[in-house]
Order: sequence, then structure tokens, then C-alpha cells
Amino acid sequence: MKILVIEDDREAARYLEKAFAEAGHSADVAGDGETGYTLAEQGSYDALIVDRMLPRRDGLSVVAALRAQGIDTPALILSALGQVDDRVTGLRAGGDDYLTKPYAFSELLARIEVLQRRASPKEAETVYRVGDLELDRLSHTAKRAGQGIILQPREFRLLEYLMRHSGQVVTRTMLLEHVWDYHFDPQTNVIDVHVSRLRGKIEKGFETPLLHTVRGAGYMLKAGGIDA
Amino acid sequence: MNRFSAMMKMTAVRLSALYLLLFTVCAIGLVFYMTSLSVNLLTSQTEAAVNEEIESVGQSYQRAGIAGLVRSIERRGRQPGAYLYLVTDPAGRIVAGNVQSIEAGVLQTDGWIERPISYERYGENNDPEVHRAIARVIVMPNGIRVMVGRDLGEPEKIRLVVRRSLGAALGIMGIGAFLIWFFVGRRALHRIDEVSVASQRIMGGDLAGRLPVSGSGDEFDRLAANLNGMLARIQELNEGVRHVSDNIAHDLKTPLTRMHNRAESALANAKTTKAYRAALDGMIGDSDQLIRTFNAILMISRLESGYSSETMELLPLSTVVQDVFELYEPTAEDAGITFTLGSVDATPVRINRELVGQTISNLVDNAIKYAGGAEKPVEISLAVEKQDHMIRAIVTDNGPGIPPDQVDRATERFVRLEESRSQPGSGLGLSLAKAVMKLHGGTLELQDNAPGLRAVLAFPVGEETK
Repeated sequence: MKILVIEDDREAARYLEKAFAEAGHSADVAGDGETGYTLAEQGSYDALIVDRMLPRRDGLSVVAALRAQGIDTPALILSALGQVDDRVTGLRAGGDDYLTKPYAFSELLARIEVLQRRASPKEAETVYRVGDLELDRLSHTAKRAGQGIILQPREFRLLEYLMRHSGQVVTRTMLLEHVWDYHFDPQTNVIDVHVSRLRGKIEKGFETPLLHTVRGAGYMLKAGGIDA
Repeated sequence: MNRFSAMMKMTAVRLSALYLLLFTVCAIGLVFYMTSLSVNLLTSQTEAAVNEEIESVGQSYQRAGIAGLVRSIERRGRQPGAYLYLVTDPAGRIVAGNVQSIEAGVLQTDGWIERPISYERYGENNDPEVHRAIARVIVMPNGIRVMVGRDLGEPEKIRLVVRRSLGAALGIMGIGAFLIWFFVGRRALHRIDEVSVASQRIMGGDLAGRLPVSGSGDEFDRLAANLNGMLARIQELNEGVRHVSDNIAHDLKTPLTRMHNRAESALANAKTTKAYRAALDGMIGDSDQLIRTFNAILMISRLESGYSSETMELLPLSTVVQDVFELYEPTAEDAGITFTLGSVDATPVRINRELVGQTISNLVDNAIKYAGGAEKPVEISLAVEKQDHMIRAIVTDNGPGIPPDQVDRATERFVRLEESRSQPGSGLGLSLAKAVMKLHGGTLELQDNAPGLRAVLAFPVGEETK
């Protein structure tokens, strides 16, 4: 994946460049809003990471201008300001996700990978399949190896989100955001308990695990083992 | 001289100088008006007397002709008094009268001479003073001129006396005003000097220092008292900041030290990949805690500095409470806690769903954290009640609760009632809850649940839903 990082803090930008390279992606860095806009306009990136406060042109207006040009490269807005109303203005300007500094790189990486995949057509599918696990979004049913699984509405949404992003790491905050629609940082292991209940339902009586814990980052639904 | 020019810059001094000037102008005007009035009155009285005199002189003329007139004039002229008499022949030579010489041209006039004229009487040679008078000249058909006049000594004296006393009064007033203003101004300057010296000392780092209060209760005292109040508040805030930074230092130092130790011991002892991995996992957990603390600090300061009301929506509080209940139910169940959802009133209130959701989950989180581990079975309940135009979200537990004398402290930043800080947490949960409730115009009450804690979030019901 080719990522453009528009960030004026050189140290942070260099760290992101290196960390993305280690995660198998390549990242370009633009030090100000104007340069960032020019690079992003060429449209050859899979995702943008845009700091909100930038010299020469602020992050929100860069994203808004790109959207006005019809460039819909997924963009994640980074902000030191934080909090809910900022997130709303960020998303309104055309950002696809929003992350508050300070953040953990694992969180940023997971979100960027999910964002990039969001552009793929999976969104339109009505039936998700991971290994022998199957989820029908229209009839609200889930089956594993043809055997029906009884899920609570919230468990269904949780599984749906995990399956839509199968093969990708999803973090606890991402789950809280998309399954419960709250954007705070879950203090304790509340999400883990929900996930382990779901795991119990989809893995009980089956040999192969599907729902994996990625230590220090989150979860991944995947047929077959994960590298970690 | 510097002191004087500094004093001239003082508003009070400038104002008093201006008042003095205005008062002087008014007083002078008034005195001139009054003297001219009284002088005019005297003058018209003088004129009437002159006319009377002319009349009686005229009668003598009618009775006895020129000779009678001259006789009458001679007789009258010998009497002491303020009247002037003069008779001249057609050639202008003095024939009779009590005037030795008179201002030139006066006798050529016919009728009233309104302006004061100067003259000299007989027998007054040793008095060089020139008298002033007004007079009337009558020209007889045969060319003889008769002048009768009256000295203006009296009105002139009045004028003089009034002017002298006015001058004296103004002089005394001016000196008095100057003295008053000098001492008052000097005193004011002195007080201001004291204040500026004291404030310099405070600026220099003596934050416990205060401005001097004389105890007279004047404006300076009131000002100094207010400034002292402000200084006390600043000192309080300053100490608060110091307290908070001590706590931040502690809260950040602990996970940082732990990370350092983990890394060090992993380097020294870990032999397998698994051991390295475990050390790294632990370090990530520690850094997550750091990030959480930072985020909570940021969030509280943003809430306290004001938050856009745009993010508020009209929503039943019960939906948020139900969300939180559902979110925490499995966790509570796993921990063997009886977690119940009581009655939920569905009246909509204007809230920020995110913030209220976070606040209620913090409270539930606290309840699980602090009520857990007791010997007796833990019970936690959630409810939404409506009462007196308030909607209350209530979180109760049967844990140790908060001692009544600690309730106020519990919502302060970084205050964690268990001093050892053994439980994970930032000590910011309740202060965040308090800030959120303040934002909603509501309150956070921590009550005794006997036993346990009963946390009540009270939201005012808006006009639209009453």
C-alpha cells in the first residue's frame, strides 16, 4: 500500500515512514499542506494521513479541496485537538477516519489498512465468507460448516464487522466505534469479553480457530493461522 | 519636581485643579455682577439726589434771579457734604461754587455727565487725591452754566472693598486647595508606591506576599483587598497546578519506570522469543495506559474550556444507559457481579451522547473495579429516573463507597482515594464526569448507598420536553 503522510512534525513523519515500511507499506512525506495537496492530487496513493494543523494550508481544507476535485483517496485525519466535535468537523470536511494524538502506531496502522480496504467492493456483498464461516447480511443469519449459530443483535454486528475486515487487524476502539457507535477509549477489557463470547459461539466444537487475538493491537478474523 | 509632575498626572489632582479654576471664574463673575448691580443702584440714587438739588437751586433762581442762584450756590457750597456746585459766566469763568478745578470739557456739556469725572474742591490742596463724581450741567438762556454734581466716593469704596475681599478670599481658597491637594495627592502617591513595591515583590516570586491594607476601608483598601483576593486565587490555582503536575509526574513516571525495567530485564534475562514478546506486550500495555492518561487530561481541559453545543442532541438518557448496560453486562457476569438495569425513564434530554456514554461507562467501570474483590456478592445497578424536571442516571454499587469527608476530594483531578494507587486508573474518571455534567448544566452527586456508592448524574429537562 502506498501512503501519503502530510505531517509537519519531521520526527513524527520520519517515524511513520519507517514504521509503515516495517509493516510492508511505503510512505511518502509532505511537510506542509500545499505540498501535500499537490502530491495527493496526482492520485496515486492508496491512503492519506493528514495532520489537522499544517503550515501553509490546514489539513481539513486539503481534504476538502481533494474531495471537491473528485479525488476520493481514503483520508485519515490526525489531530492533537482531540475530542468529539473535532471528529465531526473532520469527517464533515471529507475525512474517512479520525485519530487523536497521541495514538499507538498499531491503532493507526489498523485503521489505515481498514480504510484502504473500504475502497474495495466488499461493502456491497450480501454474504460474507471466512473459511467455513458464513454470514448473510440480508437474513441476519450466521452459519459455520452449514450449522446455524444463534447470535444476539450486537454479536451479529460484531461478527459482521470482523468478517467485513477479515484478514485485517481491528482494534478495540475500532470495534467500539463501529459496533457500539461510541468513540471513547474502552477503559477495561469490556470489548475483549464480548469478543471472547463471540469466539465461543463461532469456534465451540470446531477444530480450527478463526478469531485471533493480535497481541498489543486487537483482533483478526482469518481462516488459518496468523503469523503472530 | 518629578514627584510634582507625577502628581499632576493623577486624575484626582487634575480634577481638583480644574474645579478650582472653574470655581474661581464663577466666583469672580458673581462678585462683579453683584458689585455692578449695587454700584448702579447707588449711582441712580446719586442721580436722583442731584436732580433734587437742581430743583431746589432752580427754585432759588426763580425767586431771586441770578443773584439768588449764586447766593444759594455759595451757601450750599459751604456746607459739608458730597455735593458739587459750580456756576460759570458765559465766558466760562467760575463765578461761584465749591469746586476749584474740574476735568476739561465737562462744563461744555449740556445735561448729564454719566461717566465719572475728576475734580478738586476748595480747601483740599493738601489732598492730592483726585475725586470722582457724576454731575449735571444746565445752560441758562443767558449763557450762564450751572453744574450740580455728587461725589462718587461711596460706590467707589464699595467696589474697592468687594474687590479686595474677593482677592483675599480667592487667595486663601487657592492656597487651601493647593495644600489639600498636596497632602491628599501625596498620601495617594504614597499608597500607590506601597502597592507597586508590594506587587514587585510578589512578581519577584514571593507568591505568598499580599498588598498592604491600611484598615481605613477607603478605595485603596478595597482595591488592595480585591487584588489580594485575586492573588490568593492565583496562588490557589498555582498550587493546584503544582499538585496536578506532581500527580502527572507520578502517573507518568510509574508506567515509564515499569517500561524501562521491563526492557532492561528482557535484555538481561529473556532467552526465548516468547519471553521477549511478553516483555514487549507488557510495554505496549504500559504505553497504552500513558496514552489514556494523556487523553483524559486533554479531554478535561477541552471540556473545561467550553465545548460546542452543536454536539448535543435530544435523546432519551435511557438509550445511553442501556448501551452501557449492554456493553458491560458480559464483563460483570464474568466477574460474578449481579448487574441489573432498573427502571428506565425514556424522557429525551439534550445531551452529548458520546460524553455521557463515556461518563456512565466510567462510573460502571469504577463500580466494577472498586466494589469487586469483596467477600460479599457484588451488586451493581443502573437506572434512569425522572423527578422535579430532572432526569437522573443512577449507578449504584454495594462496595466500600466513598467516606463522606472524602466526597468533595473524589472529583478533583488525579485524586485517587486509595493512596497506594494500586488499582489501574488515571484518577481522572470522576473529574471527567464532573466536567461533563457541568457542560450539560447538570450535577454529579456521590451519595452513600449504605453500603456502597450511589453516583447520580442529574440532567435538567429542557423546555422542549417538559
